[in-house]
Amino acid sequence: MTDQPQSAIVAEGLTKSFPNVRAVDHLSFDVHAGEIFGLVGPDGAGKTTTLRMLAGIMPPDEGTARVAGCDVVHDPEGAKHHLSYMPQRFGLYEDLTVDENIRFYADLFGVKKAEREDCATQLLQAAGMSEFRKRLAGKLSGGMKQKLGLVCALTHRPKVILLDEPTTGVDPVSRRDFWRILYELAAEGVAILTSTAYLDEAERCHRVALLHQGKLLFCDTPANLKAKLGKGVLSVTSSEPRRLRDQLEHAIGISSLVLTGDGLHIVVDDAARRIPEFEARLNNAHVPFNAIQQVTPTIEDLFVDAVGSGASFHAS
Amino acid sequence: MHREPMLEDNNSVVIENLVKQFGDFVAVDRINLKIRKGEVFGFLGPNGAGKSTTIRMLCGLLTPTSGRAQVAGYDVGRQPESVRQNIGYMSQKFSLYNDLKVIENIRLFAGLYSVPANQLKERIEWALEMANLKGQENLITGTLPGGWKQRLALGCAVLHKPPVIFLDEPTSGVDPISRRQFWDLIHHMAEEGVTVFVTTHYMEEAEYCNRLALIFRGEIVALGTPSELKQKSMKGELLLVECEPLGQAVEVLQSAPDVIDAAVFGNALHLVVRDATAAVPQVQKYLSDHRITVGRIEKIRPSLEDVFVSLTTARDSGKERTA
Repeated sequence: MTDQPQSAIVAEGLTKSFPNVRAVDHLSFDVHAGEIFGLVGPDGAGKTTTLRMLAGIMPPDEGTARVAGCDVVHDPEGAKHHLSYMPQRFGLYEDLTVDENIRFYADLFGVKKAEREDCATQLLQAAGMSEFRKRLAGKLSGGMKQKLGLVCALTHRPKVILLDEPTTGVDPVSRRDFWRILYELAAEGVAILTSTAYLDEAERCHRVALLHQGKLLFCDTPANLKAKLGKGVLSVTSSEPRRLRDQLEHAIGISSLVLTGDGLHIVVDDAARRIPEFEARLNNAHVPFNAIQQVTPTIEDLFVDAVGSGASFHAS
Repeated sequence: MHREPMLEDNNSVVIENLVKQFGDFVAVDRINLKIRKGEVFGFLGPNGAGKSTTIRMLCGLLTPTSGRAQVAGYDVGRQPESVRQNIGYMSQKFSLYNDLKVIENIRLFAGLYSVPANQLKERIEWALEMANLKGQENLITGTLPGGWKQRLALGCAVLHKPPVIFLDEPTSGVDPISRRQFWDLIHHMAEEGVTVFVTTHYMEEAEYCNRLALIFRGEIVALGTPSELKQKSMKGELLLVECEPLGQAVEVLQSAPDVIDAAVFGNALHLVVRDATAAVPQVQKYLSDHRITVGRIEKIRPSLEDVFVSLTTARDSGKERTA
């Protein structure tokens, strides 16, 4: 996987401290051209700080990073020529139209007039926004604003894009549209580094770095990450989920048990052995339930398993 | 506490033919819902679907155009004051003052919700205990980790013991362990009879709800438990297809017979088909005929997000989706 010439982003030992906290702690990873790489972790995991260092707008305390071959510390201007950074609150001008915002960013990025119109037309079409070119940015929905932010960030055809939680607050339909655009860009060879606090969204990335308190927990494809759990995951639904929990929460072999809206999500040592045990227990207690099923682990299961109760900041 | 009014058939929220119009625009179009006391109920919908308008009516902040809604036994149109006194509201983003101490936030909310003086001490103790913040009273709220803040915001929202609470993306951005602890707390409250009304865009949160309603263009288009929605609401079955090259595969599959929808999902494709078993060999052959290398193909369980997208796009006949 470490195909050096192809690496569009290389981070080595990136470290950044703020007065009371080490935000990013010796972080190393690389992102290839044409790859969508996810920085995944809860608030405070170090995602934004990492993106800022890679964008060349915050110097690391230690470590190096190269973006499109340019060192972001020694040659930030060179790096900026090839990258686009979309922060969480992208600066759209709400009282300008969609077209005017795009033109404004094209000017900032020094895009030639001749290339501008084609580029805008193509990007807006990909974003499904061709009909809204004359609409004021302030009148767009949350999902459309995010897409317009992306279009603006792409006007100079960067090789690398850095996106900070681009889908936060965006509904699932718009989120899917947004990802479709990312896949199209990746297919054209653009390297995409995107962050998210939602572990289920990690599954859309080609590869993922799972972060916790500034440190890298795991870095791999979603499928390999799930295979790492090494435990069985069971799902069982019931019309009386609370009774289900009362019966099973102290059963042997359980490493975590979550009460969901209509059942339980349980991580166990040995699925084949525990399923009949649990079913017998529920039958004896006359709790209604639908057959216990073994399901694919989620990235959340892996995160919880790796971090353990140490992440919860309190004792209970 | 004031006397509790009678609930209709033990339902804490009763909505009948509720309508809200802004000029010609019908934001909420004759919706009906009944939410039982002690239920954790999720209300989902895309931006602009009528979600916020509905919640503002239920919180007594907006008068319905027609129809009626009752929350905690009070009519939102005629008794909005009583409704507001009997609900708690928490949104992760806006609830707390970051530059106040933990205890100052609690006192502030106790004042806003008019917690009686003789109960104040007991309620503050309770909130600190529940939020697991005993001994941390003097910390500045803004410096707390996300999970602590969440529990503090919840504690503040329920200082006046409201029978109904509204949560807006309550665990957005919190680490998974804190999130699980938060939802445990919510389920405990629900077991004690508190009714919880959740709005969210995040399907991870929706999974914690006993029942879900999906609102789209002002109408409720689906209602059921998470597993009922996954079983019944999809327009077909879902296949995961690993193949190379992905982009080309999506293009050819758009015009394949029996494929309702095809989308890239990470390193694979998600296909919506009418009958998964019948479709597997057909898809395999179709892709091979187009010189696409096919790896694993298997039927997968739809996620709530698949359900959400399937239901909304099915009704979205190419028209503008969001206002």
